[in-house]
Amino acid sequence: MTSNTRITSISVTLLVLALAAPLVAGQPFYINIGSQVLIAAIFAMSLNILVGYGGMTSIGHAAYLGTSAYVVALLTLQHGFGFYAASAVALGVVVVMAAIFGAIALRGTGITFLMITLALGQTMWGVAFRWSDVTGGDNGLPDIKRPDLFGLNLVEPGLFYAVMIALFVIALVGMWIFTQSGLGLSLQGTRDQPRRMGMLGHHVWLVRWIAFIIAGFWAGVAGIAFIGYHGYIHPLSLGLANSAEVLLMVIAGGAGTLLGPVVGAAIVVVLKMVVSAYVSRWVLLLGCTFVAIVILLPEGVVPGLERLLKALLPETRDDGEASS
Amino acid sequence: MSIGFWLLQSLNALALGGLLFLLSSGFSLIFGLMRVANLSHGAYFMLGAYVGLSVLQAGFGFIEAIFAAGIVIAVLGGLIERFLLRRLANRTLAQVLVTLGLAFAIADICLMLWSGDPMQLPAPRWLSQPIRAFGFVFPGYRVFVVEVSIVVAVLLWLLIERTKLGAMVRASVDDIQMARGVGIPAQKLFSFIFCLGAALAGMGGVLGGPILSVYPGLDGEMLPLALVVVILGGIGSIGGAFVGAYITGFVYTFGQTLLPAFSYVILFLPMIVILAFRPSGLFGKSAP
Repeated sequence: MTSNTRITSISVTLLVLALAAPLVAGQPFYINIGSQVLIAAIFAMSLNILVGYGGMTSIGHAAYLGTSAYVVALLTLQHGFGFYAASAVALGVVVVMAAIFGAIALRGTGITFLMITLALGQTMWGVAFRWSDVTGGDNGLPDIKRPDLFGLNLVEPGLFYAVMIALFVIALVGMWIFTQSGLGLSLQGTRDQPRRMGMLGHHVWLVRWIAFIIAGFWAGVAGIAFIGYHGYIHPLSLGLANSAEVLLMVIAGGAGTLLGPVVGAAIVVVLKMVVSAYVSRWVLLLGCTFVAIVILLPEGVVPGLERLLKALLPETRDDGEASS
Repeated sequence: MSIGFWLLQSLNALALGGLLFLLSSGFSLIFGLMRVANLSHGAYFMLGAYVGLSVLQAGFGFIEAIFAAGIVIAVLGGLIERFLLRRLANRTLAQVLVTLGLAFAIADICLMLWSGDPMQLPAPRWLSQPIRAFGFVFPGYRVFVVEVSIVVAVLLWLLIERTKLGAMVRASVDDIQMARGVGIPAQKLFSFIFCLGAALAGMGGVLGGPILSVYPGLDGEMLPLALVVVILGGIGSIGGAFVGAYITGFVYTFGQTLLPAFSYVILFLPMIVILAFRPSGLFGKSAP
């Protein structure tokens, strides 16, 4: 067994244990934390496509989660849509939005790209905040009901968590397939060697644009889960702080790794929960954590752990170097 | 809507443009020189307004408040540059993310110190005399803001285009390695420009206080405006920041008056047009 496959099996075991933990704890409080972590994890994985695999740092990703949630809320509350029909429309809206915003943002690269995504994200916040006739402005949109699924009432925390696990596993497997696919590999190529990829005949812009749309789509999925869980949406959910929070998840966990965003999501959600129980200074802590992670742990938790595990688990054909 | 209405809105647009110039000229200089998009620039603006408010409440005059805010924010910027950004030299993305984190920290500390209530900075009486011209009455303070922004623009232009320091800055913007090679002290230049940009943002905050008032979230509203200005005008160009600021001021003001729900969306139309046809901005040099 090579150390890589052993690391994979250890990761899978840990992941299964972590997913089961809230159910073992049993209380709705822990199960709800589990649901929140999984929603955040799907959201963070979607951003990881851009930040990790594409090398495109977006600080406007909350716009996709928020827009999707707003569309579901508006259609169910004001236009008599069912939750699932509204979700389908929301995904369509988010994909179109990502296609347009992606085309604009990809006019720039690097820091310019980052600035444009930030500005576009704040546009959506501005619309949600100012267009109060439709979006409810600062009051947000409350009372979106959790739907039934196959006749089961998802208001029950355990059932909702089970659905979130299913959704999360689909997202995770989908992400794994994406990273192994031709598209995913050429995306990583455009991250590392954009010129060379261009020379090799890859359409760098197109690859990035498609990745942008896929990232927007999955953020939209997270948005549907988000509105299903909270039943409430506020302009803050589209705002800069939320975009920064999800970016922190990706970077803290490890950008460009499959499980990094998941670990990052768990850390940030639990941290936020614990801190908010004692003090109301989450934003200050978010800012300081951001600075600390970037300076002290720039590669993230998961790559750090991976290196540690590799050092602890020398390969069977030990060449003496693996253990050093 | 009478002619008076349009004239008044135009003056509002000019005043906002002036404030945006103070905010984004520093941002643009820092970006041009250090390749760092300083995402705490909006927070500097807000913190400057709060510092100015406290100075005014302590009984000092408006001019003192402007300079006090400028000095405080310049020192803060200097500390951030020296102890955080410099540690991350040549890691542009990390630097940008640090400034993002700091923006949140500063905003939350402001909320802690000055509470969440919106507060208006009182404009000094000697500046807020209404001005009568062409049979219309204009609020004097806004005229003052426009004047200040033009004076600052001229001073900055002179500094960058007509002094040795400015020549060194321009050389470093164009080719930092060559500039270092011929002995330009780039590190000192970074510190100076960062402090200068921070000071301009802080002073802009005080100057904007009587018009915009100051409240939590002001930072998040100003930052995208600064980004739009810089994308429009081109990175590292004072002239670009000036033109971009006034375009943005007009688009935003009239958008807010005519279509308040979508003022942000309208704001992005000129940016999209520029990006489509001139990605490096109106006055920007194409990327190296």
